[in-house]
Amino acid sequence: MTVTFPQKGLPWLLLLPQLLVTAIFFLWPAEQALEQAFYQEDAFGLSREFVGLENFIDLFTDPLYYQSMLTTLLFSFSVAIFGMSAALLLAVMADRVIRGKLAYQTLLIWPYAVAPALAGVLWWILFDPSMGPIALWLESAGVDWNHYLNGNQAMILVVIASTWKQISYNFLFFLAGLQAVPRSLIEAASIDGASPFKRFWTIVFPLLSPTTFFLLVVNLVYAFFETFGVIDATTKGGPGQSTTTLVYKVFEDGFIGLDLGGSAAQSVVLMGIVGLMTVIQFRFIERKVQYS
Amino acid sequence: MIENRPWLTVVSHATLMIGIALVALPVWMALVASTHPASAFGVGHIPLWFGDAGVDTWKTVLFEKAGNGIDTPVFFMMLNSLVMALGITFGKIAISLLSAYAIVFFRFPFRNLCFWIIFMTLMLPVEVRIVPTYEVIANLNLLNSYTGLTLPLIASATATFLFRQCFLSIPGELVEAARIDGAGPFRFFFDILLPLSRTNIAALFVILFIYGWNQYLWPLLITTDDAYYTLVMSIKRMLSVTDGDIAWNQIMATTLLAMLPPVAVVIGMQKLFVKGLVDSEK
Repeated sequence: MTVTFPQKGLPWLLLLPQLLVTAIFFLWPAEQALEQAFYQEDAFGLSREFVGLENFIDLFTDPLYYQSMLTTLLFSFSVAIFGMSAALLLAVMADRVIRGKLAYQTLLIWPYAVAPALAGVLWWILFDPSMGPIALWLESAGVDWNHYLNGNQAMILVVIASTWKQISYNFLFFLAGLQAVPRSLIEAASIDGASPFKRFWTIVFPLLSPTTFFLLVVNLVYAFFETFGVIDATTKGGPGQSTTTLVYKVFEDGFIGLDLGGSAAQSVVLMGIVGLMTVIQFRFIERKVQYS
Repeated sequence: MIENRPWLTVVSHATLMIGIALVALPVWMALVASTHPASAFGVGHIPLWFGDAGVDTWKTVLFEKAGNGIDTPVFFMMLNSLVMALGITFGKIAISLLSAYAIVFFRFPFRNLCFWIIFMTLMLPVEVRIVPTYEVIANLNLLNSYTGLTLPLIASATATFLFRQCFLSIPGELVEAARIDGAGPFRFFFDILLPLSRTNIAALFVILFIYGWNQYLWPLLITTDDAYYTLVMSIKRMLSVTDGDIAWNQIMATTLLAMLPPVAVVIGMQKLFVKGLVDSEK
C-alpha cells in the first residue's frame, strides 16, 4: 500500500479538470443519445415527440441495418486477418535476421503515423480506374477494376488501405512476442531435428497465442471505430451501401439523413458493442499479466 | 541464431524487402505524382517517374494556397494542426497526471467511483455519439474555435491508467521520506513525481501527438471557417471538388505534407514511440 497524503479537499481539486471534461463532453452527450433514442424529432429540431422503443424497432426491422452489420463484420475480420498474417510473416522474418533488424523495423513502422483518411486517399489514387497504375495493370491482366461502380472492389480497396495502416502496429507486437519466446526451447527442438517450419508451427505459434488474441481484439476495435476516415475520404459508404459500416451509418443517418432518433438509437447500440469489447479487452489483459 | 541456413536468411531478407517496398509503394507514387503538372493526369495514367513541376507545386501548396477549393496555404493549416495536436497532447497529459496523482496518493470518499467515471470514457469514442456531441459543442458556442478543437478530446482513460500504474510502482518509503523532510503534496508532485515519470510522459507524448495530429472526424464536424481548418481534414474538402476539376498533384503534395510531421516523430523518436505504444496497451 502506498503512503498517502492526509488532505481531503485537494484530491477533488486535482480530479476536477478530468471529471469536468468527462462529464461535459462524454457523459452528457451519451445521456443525450440515450434520451434522443426514444424520441422522434423533425429535421429542424423544432419539435419532438416521445415514441418509446419505436426507433429501436425501426432499426431492427430495417434490412439495411443488418446489411451494414454484415458489412462491418466482413470488413473488420478482413482487416484483422490480412493485417495480422502479413505482420506475422514480416515479424518472423525480422526476428530471424541479425543484420539490419532496426533498419527493417524503422522502414515498416511508419505507416502507423499516417492518418486513416490519408491512407485511404493514397490507395484510392493507385486504384483509380482511369489513371491509377494498379487499376491499369489489373485491366491489362483482364480484371475490370472500377470501385466507383463495383461494391466488392470498393470493399477490397478500403480493406487494403485500412490493413496497410495497421500492419506496423501488429508487426511491433508480434516482434516483441517472438523475442519473448525462450531460445532454449527452440534450440532443444532444433537438436531433436525439427525444421524451422515445424518449430514455428509447434512451438512458436502456440506460444504467441496471447499476443495473437490480444491483437485480434485490438484490430477489430480499430476496424470498427478508427477507420471512419478511410471510408469517408474515399467511398463515403458506397457504391450503394456496400462499404457503409455501422459507425459510418450513424454519421450518415444523423448528419446527412438528419434522422436524429434513428441515429441516436444506433449510437446506443454501438455504445453497447464498445462496452462489450472493452470488457473483453480488459479481462484478457488481466490474464496476460498472470501468464507472463 | 540457432543454426546456419543461408537460404533461409536470403528468404528472410527478400521477404522483408518486398514488404517494405509494398508498404512504401503508395507514398512513392504520391511523391512522383506531385512532381507533375495537373494536366498530366487527364491523359490516361499517372506518370511513373518524376516530372519537373515538383518545386512549383510544393511551393504553391505550402505557401500560397492548397488548391481544390481551399484558399488557405498548407503552411497555415499545419499551424492549426500543430495547435490542435499540442493542445490535445499537453491537455491529456496534464489532466491525467493530476487525476492519477489524486487517485494514488490520496484517500477520499468515492475514489473508486471517480476511477470508473474516467474508465467509461474508453467506452464512448466520439465516433459512436457524433450527433449529440456536436449539439453539446454547438450549445456551448465552441464551433470554429481552438477550444472546441482540443478541449472535448482531452479526457483520457488510457493516460490516467498509465500514470496510475507508474505511480503505484513508486516505493512507499520514498513518499514517507519526502513527508518526513517536510515536503507537501505540491512539492512532492513537482520535485519527485514529475522527474520520475519523465520517460513515461515522453513516450506518451509521442503517441498522443500522432493521435492529435491525425484527428479527422472531429475537426470536420466543428470547423466551417477556413481559419480553423486542420490539414488532415482539409483533404476531404479538397476531394469534394467535382471529379474532373481535381488537381491531383496538389492533393498529393498536401497529403504528403499532412503525413510528414507524425511520420517524422515516429522515425525520429522510435524508441519512445515503441515504448508508448506498448505501455498504453497495458
